[in-house]
Amino acid sequence: MTVQQISVFIENKTGRLAEVTRVIGNAGINIRALSLADTSDFGILRLIVDSPDKALQVLKEDGFTVSKTEVIAVEVPDRPKGLNGILEKLDQAGINVEYMYAFVEPNGGEAIIIFRFDDIQRALEMLPEMDVKLVKSDKIFSA
Amino acid sequence: MIWNDEFETLPREAIESLQLKRLQQTVARVQATVPFYRQSFARAGVSAEMIRSLDDLRRLPFTLKQDMRDNYPYGLFAVPLEQIVRIHASSGTTGKPTVVGYTRRDIDTWAELMARSFVAAGASRGDVIHNAYGYGLFTGGLGAHYGAERIGASVIPMSGGNTKKQIMIMQDFGSTVLTCTPSYCLYLAEAAREENLDIRDFKLRVGIHGAEPWSEAMRQEIEEKLGIKAIDIYGLSEILGPGVGIECIEAQNGLHIWEDHFIPEIIDPETGEPLPPGEKGELVITTITKEGIPLIRYRTRDITRIIPEPCICGRTHVRLERISGRSDDMLIIRGVNVFPSQIESVLFNIEGVEPHYQLIVDREDNLDTLEVQVEVNERVFSDEIKVLQELSRKIRRDIKDLLGITCKVRLVEPKSLARSEGKAVRVIDKRKG
Repeated sequence: MTVQQISVFIENKTGRLAEVTRVIGNAGINIRALSLADTSDFGILRLIVDSPDKALQVLKEDGFTVSKTEVIAVEVPDRPKGLNGILEKLDQAGINVEYMYAFVEPNGGEAIIIFRFDDIQRALEMLPEMDVKLVKSDKIFSA
Repeated sequence: MIWNDEFETLPREAIESLQLKRLQQTVARVQATVPFYRQSFARAGVSAEMIRSLDDLRRLPFTLKQDMRDNYPYGLFAVPLEQIVRIHASSGTTGKPTVVGYTRRDIDTWAELMARSFVAAGASRGDVIHNAYGYGLFTGGLGAHYGAERIGASVIPMSGGNTKKQIMIMQDFGSTVLTCTPSYCLYLAEAAREENLDIRDFKLRVGIHGAEPWSEAMRQEIEEKLGIKAIDIYGLSEILGPGVGIECIEAQNGLHIWEDHFIPEIIDPETGEPLPPGEKGELVITTITKEGIPLIRYRTRDITRIIPEPCICGRTHVRLERISGRSDDMLIIRGVNVFPSQIESVLFNIEGVEPHYQLIVDREDNLDTLEVQVEVNERVFSDEIKVLQELSRKIRRDIKDLLGITCKVRLVEPKSLARSEGKAVRVIDKRKG
């Protein structure tokens, strides 16, 4: 039960980020969550959108370097130590987090965290056993 | 095997005395028939009578590509047009083409030298030579064609392009020798794979590749992907066309330059002074048998060195090391000579990296800086920062290993580097002007 994330290579140049959102917006695609990882020269924009395949296509057509990655969305109890509980379980299981970012589900008020693990298969097996609630993509994609 | 045993294995002294005699004749002829040379000799205070030894060659002024442009189209011809039986021209990427004319005897000499070259590459009568060099103003196609006929091989005049047909004919006609540029050779292999064919199953055994710079890494790739011996050939239209020099299949190490027709020199590209034997610099060639356009000390801009050691194949003509770059794109960065082609070979060896790159040279606090911009494609892109950072570290490390200089690697978006119609602009040197 994974979620598809679109990653875009962006040079640190004025207007490039706006160009990505313009291309996506013009194609009628809605962004549900995003994170920008940056270095001094370039950044990687990671996006969760309602139609990942279409986003991949329109960005490619516009000349961007794009890839699709499987990530895992986890529902986090919206209370103190909610996130900490999950991270400690991951730590005990020896699962390494490559990166993560969070957003709040507007309807239910739940916090959702997008995780990229080094070993996604193992994470998929272990997370349910640890009582961590995975989120299906349709729940994320439908606003 | 050797095509012309008498001339290809002449003892050194015999080569040199033949060269001197022919040089004297050539210099006297251009002085008498080409106004450009009459004037340039007069300006330099030299004349044909002053050439008494081969060392006197260095007293003569250079001929530059610009001189050919200034005398466009026929100004450097040493015979009247009615004696010219063929006209070729270089592409002229930076303006008017460079025009060259051949007399009947020049065409005959060219065929002879290409015949020598084919045989040195291991081809012979009975081979089916698939000639995929372009026929036309470019010298590659016809140059190879006449040489292939001269040795009695069966030549297929394919010319360039039409890749699917090339592959079909190569397979159906049982081509054994392929002549084309090294990059087209790899393209053919790739195109064959797309049709579920493996060129290694064809009858090809030798490839003769030139007309553009290529590296040892590329040779290995060609030999592996096509299952052939890949031979480096050298030529330039101003001097003759293909067949000025070639590697022998025995050594595959350095290009024999046919010294009974050309005198090679290596000079310092900055000062124009001749360099001691074995040192690397710019190749200068004097033609000593050409009738249509004899050229005196023509600056090729190609960087190489002369390998003076005798070759295992038995030929006595000296070898040129594989061309490593062009003096007009040589950069001096913190005292180190750097050719864009060297950076290219580093990128070529990194799996998945596009050979689209640009070099930005600048100066900070009186120190030269080099930034290598490399386009990121989908094959090397990752959603993780550390993977891309490792990629740029690897490029930096490999460049440091090869050239001994540190640079900054900047990953850029695809197609962000300027593409020009012809040759790509690889270098932006901000230190100038």
